Amino acid sequence: MTPAPSPEVLQAPLVVEFPFTRSLGPVQSAFLTGLRTRTVLGVRTTDGRVLMPPVEYDPVTADELSDLVEVAPTGTVTTWAWNPAPRRGQPLDTPFAWVLVRLDGADTALLHALDASGPDAVRTGMRVRIRWAGERVGAITDIACFEPYDGAEGGEAVPHSGEFTDPVTGIVAPARLDYTYAPGRAQSRYLKALADHTTRGERCPSCRKVYVPPRGACPTCGVATDEQVEVGPRGTVTTFCIVNIKARNLDIEVPYVYAHIALDGAGLALHGRVGGIPYDQVRMGLRVEPVWSEGSRYPDHYRPTGEPDADYDTYKELL
Amino acid sequence: MTKEPVAVVGIGQTKHTAARRDVSLAGLVREAAVRALEDAQLTWADIDAVVIGKAPDFFEGVMMPELYLADALGAVGKPMLRVHTAGSVGGSTALVASGLVAARVHRTVLTLAFEKQSESNAMWGLSLPIPFQQPLLAGAGGFFAPHVRAYMRRTGAPSGIGALVAYKDRRNALRNPYAHLHEHDLTLEKVRSSPMLWDPIRYSETCPSSDGACAMVLTDRAGADRAPYPPAWMHGGAMRSEPTLFAGKDCVSPRAGRDCAADVYRQAGITDPRREIDAVEMYVPFSWYEPMWLENLGFADEGEGWKLTESGVTEIDGDLPVNPSGGVLSTNPIGASGMLRFAEAALQVRGRAGEHQVDGARKALGHAYGGGSQFFSMWVVADTPPAD
Amino acid sequence: MREVAIVAFGQSDHRRESAEVSEVEMLMPVLHEVLDAVGLRADEIDFTCSGSCDYLAGRAFSFTMALDGVGAWPPISESHVEMDGAWALYEAWTRLLAGEAETALVYSYGKSSPGDLREVLTRQLDPYYVAPLWPDSVSLAALQAQALLDAEDAEDAEDTVVDERALAAVAARSRIAAEDNPHAQVTGSPPPEALLEDPYLVRPLRRHDCPPVGDGAAAVVLAAGDTARRLCRRPAWIRGMDHRMEAHSLGVRDLTRSPSTRLAAERAGAFEAPADLAELHAPFTSQELILRRELGLGEGVRVNPSGGALAANPMMAAGLIRLGEAAAAIHRGAADRALAHATSGPCLQQNLVAVLEGDVL
Repeated sequence: MTPAPSPEVLQAPLVVEFPFTRSLGPVQSAFLTGLRTRTVLGVRTTDGRVLMPPVEYDPVTADELSDLVEVAPTGTVTTWAWNPAPRRGQPLDTPFAWVLVRLDGADTALLHALDASGPDAVRTGMRVRIRWAGERVGAITDIACFEPYDGAEGGEAVPHSGEFTDPVTGIVAPARLDYTYAPGRAQSRYLKALADHTTRGERCPSCRKVYVPPRGACPTCGVATDEQVEVGPRGTVTTFCIVNIKARNLDIEVPYVYAHIALDGAGLALHGRVGGIPYDQVRMGLRVEPVWSEGSRYPDHYRPTGEPDADYDTYKELL
Repeated sequence: MTKEPVAVVGIGQTKHTAARRDVSLAGLVREAAVRALEDAQLTWADIDAVVIGKAPDFFEGVMMPELYLADALGAVGKPMLRVHTAGSVGGSTALVASGLVAARVHRTVLTLAFEKQSESNAMWGLSLPIPFQQPLLAGAGGFFAPHVRAYMRRTGAPSGIGALVAYKDRRNALRNPYAHLHEHDLTLEKVRSSPMLWDPIRYSETCPSSDGACAMVLTDRAGADRAPYPPAWMHGGAMRSEPTLFAGKDCVSPRAGRDCAADVYRQAGITDPRREIDAVEMYVPFSWYEPMWLENLGFADEGEGWKLTESGVTEIDGDLPVNPSGGVLSTNPIGASGMLRFAEAALQVRGRAGEHQVDGARKALGHAYGGGSQFFSMWVVADTPPAD
Repeated sequence: MREVAIVAFGQSDHRRESAEVSEVEMLMPVLHEVLDAVGLRADEIDFTCSGSCDYLAGRAFSFTMALDGVGAWPPISESHVEMDGAWALYEAWTRLLAGEAETALVYSYGKSSPGDLREVLTRQLDPYYVAPLWPDSVSLAALQAQALLDAEDAEDAEDTVVDERALAAVAARSRIAAEDNPHAQVTGSPPPEALLEDPYLVRPLRRHDCPPVGDGAAAVVLAAGDTARRLCRRPAWIRGMDHRMEAHSLGVRDLTRSPSTRLAAERAGAFEAPADLAELHAPFTSQELILRRELGLGEGVRVNPSGGALAANPMMAAGLIRLGEAAAAIHRGAADRALAHATSGPCLQQNLVAVLEGDVL
């Protein structure tokens, strides 16, 4: 029995990023298309309030809304917050105020940025107007921001058909979040051992099963696994599939064999690729061993050992 | 204290398709909800609470989207719960909603599940990169294919069984106007010769990626009395979970599924499911899961499930119709897929399944599973209220 | 209504980061703590429900890995909400009310340290009109705080003026109270006047007005009737519990009010008798003032003796911890009737209120 060494804390960047494609529906389509032509639309509720920005469903009555109106590009700040350190993706890259603005003719407020010289230049009740983006595409960012304004007040909301030529029906919303991933204590121990081309599982102190890779807990007993046990290097293919479909971001030539491999001494199978044998000759019960490649954390693949196949009864409980 | 009986009095779903480009996320869920309300002839004011479910938020890139969807679902001023139990979530969501009625916390609850997979890409959503882990696969097919091979080895099932399931479910889908896939020209031969993706799973034996939503109105005995159409009565509901991977896990016939089925049959007083259940909507994302679940759910002895499929028992006119709606193989908005199973089971016993109605269906099972074959949720519904 | 009580509560130490442990490694000791407290094994629990959120650490299906810490074998009756654990407790409570279970294990956890929480939370917002602007959570709370400061009737239940000093007083009181909380992430505070000398983080909020960002986990055990009495010397009976939603968009709400909190409190029976303790999930100082007014809490009520979310705010767990802290006060005889509150969403969009009572000893 080897006592578990204190692990080095492993960490690595994890980026979750996707350009989401969002279809808009009629009301949002009209609003965002309107912005492209500097037209600001709201929507009138069944009880006569004007919601701006226009929403599809009344937050009070749950009614479906479609009675579009045009409101002014000028309005009044209803509350504000001074943001001295703009963050990624925000409308301005110099210090600005977040504001809720009730546009003239509307009963509700829009969240956006206000370009002002400093917090002392901002107050609730101040008058502002939209500063339009130079290039407008039909998105909320077509409003570059608000800016202080001391001109005339806009009038009442007026009906609008919501019809535009070449309406925007969808937006692409790129989103990137940066994380630092840390696999934790047990996985770190496992990964550290892999660097020496050894595979160390961990034994549950309660049921005595050996987990490879260890996940920090014996999932059936709900207790920490802590005793490290070297397993393999040889093992048995318990089951597999032949992958014929090339996945994006995966640099493996197809077809290849994706297999469940029970390393000798392990309580369950891990997953790996089988090579060194034509894909259509891989079979359940095949005895395999890892093939390491330079600089790789994991075995590149497992290859046949040449031993006779394992008898089905020896691994059927691991399926 | 006895539980309040729970009745399904409204069911609505969207026309499922690869991409609903004409609606927002709110518009998609709203469409299903409005149809469920119309079916129940109720208004938003009649709904006491909303229970919503979906699979990972990364699919649409909106964290806890129920916060944004509250307005569209008339939930302002009401309680709203959001469930997430992986692929079984649609079923679990319905069960959480039913629990509110059964406990007499609320009288009438709207429950809804959705996925708008076209906002991103299912392969991406299911295979986010994880540092330190070896990328070996993308998507769910490769994950489940080895289990299918294990099933074939264990039972000696002939290799053509999966194609029979896919062909049956796709033909059933032609009777269901809401189904995503309507493959009028499909033949058994085409299924058999479709490209092998993750051997032993062929292209035509896999589920599509859909945009869609499903909603139900659940209510108490008094609510059922007022319902304009026959309700479906819940006779049992259960969830079971087991770990993702563990030493001794039976990936072919997970114990959580067997235990869940046993619980739901016990509640419903069912001793011989094969005889007593008239229609089954089970979660079959890959064709071979039909025979696998037939065994797991107690409709066939171990090793015998494929024989039911092969002999035509699970056809819509067989004596145990499975997935008369076309199932997950024809429609798969992931978060909603489980609720669609529950709702389709309810439609059958209400006699409101239209062209895919199973004649004389009085008792039906809705089944969902998720994660690494580890989360199960099921309900049994019938055309009459439960005893006592 | 069937009698249901919180019979055990446990939580991790809350910390700015916890890279040396995975989520399950962080959670598991807390699960053991609450099960040991009532002498139950996992397979003696009738229903399990958890709350967590994939977006915090950037891992889809993270709750499936956390389940490893439970020991779900033989298979268990189990569910998960993508919400704060307070709502997981609510779901479990309804199972016990329906008579479907005698005992329940509820847990939740959140690791905010892997990501930039202020940025991550922008993904909760309206994806068409708001999320593309990436307005961070502190800025949104600042908009709400400014609205409160601006309000003409800017006074709390005791008719005192709401100003930045009042906000600082909430911060100081909370963090000084947290000195007695061994799990707190931030403890101790200079007096309010000194806090006001600090620069603004996002005006009108200063750092002390904001919750710490950190990692943590919590768990409770629920039990019904005589089972509760057997497992706990003084169960914290749930006399009522309710939760309500508000409109999503900040621009349609009166940010100085929380009608959903008031409605939930009414439905939970909070106003039927005075409470002697309240645990409020108010991540920002200004939000405590809003909640106090809606709940009608006067100076006679001890608010957040644990330090509240200003002392530790592990996302997805901080609401459950309010229920747990309130229950623990009843368990140890430090309170007889307590209110517990949890919140979710931007600027108090969704709120839950529970009323807990201990039997007279």
